[in-house]
Amino acid sequence: MGISKKDVEHVAWLARLGLSDEEKERFTVQLGSILEYAERVGEVDTSGVEPMAHATTLTNVFRDDVPTPSLERDEALGSAPEAEDGGFSVPRIV
Amino acid sequence: MNLCDRRLGDLFQNQVLQEITSEDIVNSCMQRIEALEPKVGAFLSVDGDRAVARAREADRRNFGLGEYPSAVGGVPYAIKDNICVKGWATTCASKILEGYVPVYDATVVTGLDEAGAIILGKTNMDEFAFGSSTENSAFGRTRNPWDLDSVPGGSSGGSAAAVAAGMVPFALGSDTGGSIRQPAALCGVVGMKPTYGLVSRYGLVAFASSLDQIGPITRSVTDCAALLRAVAGHDPRDTTSVDAEIPDYLEGLDAGVKGRRLAYPKELMGEGLAPEVKLAVQNAIHVLEEQGADVEEISLPSLAYAVPVYYLVAPAEASSNLARFDGVRYGFRAPDTDDILSMYEETRAQGFGQEAKRRIMLGTYALSAGYYDAYYGQAQKVRAMIARELAEAFETYDALLSPTSPTTAWPIGERSDDPLAMYLSDICTIPANLAGIPAVSVPCGLAKGLPIGLQVMGPQLGEAAVLQVAFAFEQAFKFRARPPLLDGMPEDPPSTRVRSDAAKFAEFAAGIEQGVVDFTRPLREGDVSSDDGGRGRGGETGETKEADDAGDAGDTGDGG
Repeated sequence: MGISKKDVEHVAWLARLGLSDEEKERFTVQLGSILEYAERVGEVDTSGVEPMAHATTLTNVFRDDVPTPSLERDEALGSAPEAEDGGFSVPRIV
Repeated sequence: MNLCDRRLGDLFQNQVLQEITSEDIVNSCMQRIEALEPKVGAFLSVDGDRAVARAREADRRNFGLGEYPSAVGGVPYAIKDNICVKGWATTCASKILEGYVPVYDATVVTGLDEAGAIILGKTNMDEFAFGSSTENSAFGRTRNPWDLDSVPGGSSGGSAAAVAAGMVPFALGSDTGGSIRQPAALCGVVGMKPTYGLVSRYGLVAFASSLDQIGPITRSVTDCAALLRAVAGHDPRDTTSVDAEIPDYLEGLDAGVKGRRLAYPKELMGEGLAPEVKLAVQNAIHVLEEQGADVEEISLPSLAYAVPVYYLVAPAEASSNLARFDGVRYGFRAPDTDDILSMYEETRAQGFGQEAKRRIMLGTYALSAGYYDAYYGQAQKVRAMIARELAEAFETYDALLSPTSPTTAWPIGERSDDPLAMYLSDICTIPANLAGIPAVSVPCGLAKGLPIGLQVMGPQLGEAAVLQVAFAFEQAFKFRARPPLLDGMPEDPPSTRVRSDAAKFAEFAAGIEQGVVDFTRPLREGDVSSDDGGRGRGGETGETKEADDAGDAGDTGDGG
């Protein structure tokens, strides 16, 4: 089936990944061939098969809703490229 | 043989018998690293000072207070740079995490710390574990110790190379599609991926959350079994961690394979396999048959779809896991951007390497509206079929055999332009990740000086059987080759401890051998500080000893 350059641009947008023109060209080709290969999963008759998300039988492992020690705020901010007033500082959002 | 080449069991005994100290082992490893690192490039960072300090602490603690080390006590090791160590830069070999210093230790690190093991360095890897050759690292190249122009495999190439070159007695890696087993095979060492959930993933930077596992890389199956026990176990901080009793994998390790029913899937012994690899694995099968195992060929048709399933599921999960690298809270942030969107796009454009971008794109596409059902959804169903086929096989067979890698190590740069060719080399290892089953790679020969690995797979929580089969093979086959790089390595540096009077410890040693020594309490009252040798301080003695030691035994510890 392949993938078009427009698809590549759309996916890059979804992934918040800035791509150069050269990368867009290259990925259109490379992703196209990888997807063409991966598409063969479509050959398999999976009627009646439940999807498998992971390899354990565990579901929803909960603990009691009791506050326990967590990361201190200053520790959490310690690696921030920019921090201000106890928060992460970023360029304008709106 | 230098200390850094010794097995865990020997290092344990040597320390208990006070023949060597932990500091001696660290010094031996540091010397090996100094000699070989410029050629091999296994590490992203090494901290010898920290290791020596911990070694001295281990020496003091273990022998000063009567607590005897576990199998890994006092032993230095290497850890893949996607496993968090508090206060130590953890980069995942990516520019986007350059300089990132975790504020917590991974659970495996805490566990090994408590057992007395000592991190010596953080190893190179493919960026975020995306790769099978360690060529996708943003920070440099690792070379195969058996042939410096060849790849060590990946993504735990640095860890495998470090163990193969004898720089450390063991290392930890991570395995999502074969990233422990394949480099172990290419580097001629033992590497194991445990059952999904057996080892906590808390502190492992996630690639594919339903596939990732941390596991050991060692030079022997025995060491692998010992190390696995030390890191396995339920962790409340990892909600996918299994709450099962962890057996002592060393117990019964030598049970042998007499009467065991084994099989090899023909889908993993066919097309794409290099002839020398096929020969080595067929020979391995004969070796196991000679040991009394019954080996048959079986067909598992769904395995033909393992690679395409993986290259939909894994990138999809990766695209989700890597969304957090956005320049907001940690790591690299692109400078000079005007708004949040450009900041995200520029940070990720500049911070991620090519393979990371490719996988994020692939995964995002497979999950996007309109494509989810055909790609990710369908892949999950085929995954279920693969897992079921393997589980059914294990109703009849104790373990399955296959090559670990279809080829031996290839020249650096040969496959880096063809991502698909690189992906196809994971055919043998991927099924175990998809099904969440344990699998180990053990050396089974050389071809043109490059190692070949035999893979043994077992049912979920079937580590004991997998290790028994691997051990039986290892003992019968006797792979003793070492990388030519190690020829003529210098002797260990002089010991840090004063040589003890052999007779003085004869009774002690005899007691251990006869099993009459009780390790749960200090050996002999008053013995603690009466001889400085037990602390491994060599010339510098009692004066530098902490006051509490003298207080313990009531002796003056006046520097023997």
